[in-house]
Amino acid sequence: MSRLFVILRLAGRDLRHRPGEAVMLVVIIMAATAALALGLLLQGTTAHPYQTTREATSGPDALATDFPAGTGAPASPAALRQIAPLARAQDVDGHSGPLPVAFPVLTFNGHADAVLAEGRGNAPAAVDQPELTEGSWVHVGAVVIERSFADALGVHAGDRITLNGRPFRVAGVAVAAAFPVNGVGFLEGSSQWPNPGLIWTTTADAESLATRQYPLGYVLNLKLTNPADAENFADRFDPGGYTNNTGGLYVIPWQMISHQDGLLMAHEQKILLVGSWLLALLAVGSLAIVVGGRMAEQNRRVGLLKAVGGTPALVAGVLLAEYLALAVIAGAAGLVAGRLTAPLLTSPGAGLLGAAGAPQLTLPVIALAIGVALAVATLASYVPALRAARTSTVDALADAARPPGRHARLTAYSTRLPVPLLLASRLAVRRPRRVLLGSLSIAVTVSGIVAVLFAHATLAISQSAGPAVTTNPGLADVGFISQTARENQVLLTITIMLIVLAAVNVTFITWATVQDSRHATALTRALGATAGQLTAGLSAAQLLPATVGALAGIAGGYGLFTAANQGASASQPPAWWLITAVLGTLIAVAGLTAVPARLAARLPIAETLQADGP
Amino acid sequence: MTNSSLVQARALRKEYGRGDGLVRAVDGVDLDIAPGERVAVMGPSGCGKSTLLHLLGGLDRSSGGELWFHGRRIGQLSERALAEMRRKEVGFVFQAFHLMEELTAQENVELPALLAEVRPWAARRRARDLLERVGLGDRAGHLPSALSGGQRQRVAIARALVNEPVLVLADEPTGNLDSAATLDVLRIFEELHAAGQTLVIVTHDERIGATADRLILMYDGAFVDETTLVGGTRRSLSTLIGLEDSAGE
Repeated sequence: MSRLFVILRLAGRDLRHRPGEAVMLVVIIMAATAALALGLLLQGTTAHPYQTTREATSGPDALATDFPAGTGAPASPAALRQIAPLARAQDVDGHSGPLPVAFPVLTFNGHADAVLAEGRGNAPAAVDQPELTEGSWVHVGAVVIERSFADALGVHAGDRITLNGRPFRVAGVAVAAAFPVNGVGFLEGSSQWPNPGLIWTTTADAESLATRQYPLGYVLNLKLTNPADAENFADRFDPGGYTNNTGGLYVIPWQMISHQDGLLMAHEQKILLVGSWLLALLAVGSLAIVVGGRMAEQNRRVGLLKAVGGTPALVAGVLLAEYLALAVIAGAAGLVAGRLTAPLLTSPGAGLLGAAGAPQLTLPVIALAIGVALAVATLASYVPALRAARTSTVDALADAARPPGRHARLTAYSTRLPVPLLLASRLAVRRPRRVLLGSLSIAVTVSGIVAVLFAHATLAISQSAGPAVTTNPGLADVGFISQTARENQVLLTITIMLIVLAAVNVTFITWATVQDSRHATALTRALGATAGQLTAGLSAAQLLPATVGALAGIAGGYGLFTAANQGASASQPPAWWLITAVLGTLIAVAGLTAVPARLAARLPIAETLQADGP
Repeated sequence: MTNSSLVQARALRKEYGRGDGLVRAVDGVDLDIAPGERVAVMGPSGCGKSTLLHLLGGLDRSSGGELWFHGRRIGQLSERALAEMRRKEVGFVFQAFHLMEELTAQENVELPALLAEVRPWAARRRARDLLERVGLGDRAGHLPSALSGGQRQRVAIARALVNEPVLVLADEPTGNLDSAATLDVLRIFEELHAAGQTLVIVTHDERIGATADRLILMYDGAFVDETTLVGGTRRSLSTLIGLEDSAGE
């Protein structure tokens, strides 16, 4: 117990002694855990609200649709005749409908989008009665708009819209559980709109909005005696499944709708999870550099601890305790940051009732985020702590620097290089693990950036292809656009976080190299190297591994995107995007290393040699 | 400046700090060093010997006064020109050797030549020749950690000579050496002197000072005494440093 007390006390004192570094470490780990927490929190964000909405709106256990394929008379009695008998089918316990459905074009504030207009009466429906969140229910000339669609359009109760050019007023905004939010994506490829928004009108208005090009269709909301068996029920009447896009009768079980709702956040979640692992890798790199630098500074402290009787275990314990304590703080902060950020990314949940914007911090999420933070800290600090524990007391007290690495062949080859490159190669080879870390750090960052570029290219293609597959290419798909905007936002956030952490890494690595090579740098200047040659050498010592990392990052990024995309269609970004990413990274590295390198190359020679002499 | 002087200093000053904390490490020094001369600067620790050496070699800039080296005013030289001067005209030997631990003896010696953009094969040959000259031909491939203190200092001397400088500055070159190693180093300096090399040696060891042509005593940053020694080095070096009894000569 007393040993634990000593460890905690010493660790606490050291942290208080260097608050700036402690804050920096917390921020680095926090960035990774926040992204991870965000990814985990988005998982199932829409699952719970779907259930809530289904209960609040008497959502159907199965939804039957019959949308005529092709053109014809606006009214379609054949469709009605086909769908109506389902209301009396075996295992059906209640129903609403068949309800007429038209497919007009809605315009608002300069935007035009395809909608599915479901005709409703004034009386509340026994099955699927949308829950108003704003305004009042439908009446002649006034419509109710599904909430996520209204959000994407920016429309509110009282606004004026047109449907097929006819003016209507927005009576209210409502949520429902009969269709997936933000459009009815599973109907994509049918003869109607591929990804329409959902509105409710009066039955008469719906019927009047039907045209020869888009005849009236019908939906029937069904309650089943055994809701859990909805999928089998659907199969009985719709053996072709929901992917059979030939028009006519479809039966969709509630499980399918719930699944579709869940998929709304799938892309963002995937981006965040992949991004969080990349950030965690970078965080390990950042920490390893910072911890390595701190350990070098703590050499004498380790010697003193040992000199007064501290065992190697105590020394390692003190050092590890510091970083593990910081990791717990950073993990908790990351969870809070993730929890606070999540609602900003869950706006599609607006289509559902309940706490769509309030993802739950469950025990597994907390455990995983804190676990990752602890793993990052342990990975980065274990080897330096062990090395410190094993350092001989005399060496530690003498503050003997770790001997630099040597590579005989490279040293021999370097004699043929210009002076800055000769210096760069020799400086780099002194600490090969640091070079590897720097290279990996850039590789991870460029991988992330390249994966983001692939994602952007794929999204851009989808975005441009989205309206093109509709029968009216002039229409906007606000649901799709709002989703891609959200995905772009997440990609941008992750990219910025990756770049910031990589910048931190490059700066730390350069500082560590500068600190570590102070004596060699001063000596080289004493022997006649100019400050300019040394500045160039120190920068090149970072740029050479960064170049290798950046090139590896292109392949890594493609692999990462392919893995994350799980075989879905992908588009290659233009070559100049990739070239710009690599060159931009190298320019950024050069810029970040220039200042510390320049400062290091101008340290007073005599003073440095006297202070840092072996 | 006197044309015959290689180095000339007038009222040379180096100060650190300000106000009450002002320290005059070098305080109004006048100095002339002729080509081929061997000058020893002696004095207690902290008297400014090393600082003076750093000023002479262009490792540090003066706070005042004037310093000429090879006909140029050092104070007016750019950092780049100072680097070139250190590279081509000055060789340094430090008390702490200051060898690159990751480079072999030969690689350490050839480094200044490579910095001076001498062709690699030529730099290698020069380094090999110099290591032979200081008696370390068989240690060329050894890392400094595998060499004794005396051997390390001989490597440092070879490194100081690789670009054939006109001036060699040695800061306590025997301060970390035992008597036998001290003798080796002094023998090398003796050979260099005989070959016409200009040497400035900073030391606090009177026996080393006795081997010089001229002995300067420093105290609190200023020269307090200057003695021209006649025949000092004609005596046995071993006797001077106490390895042999003078009676035995």
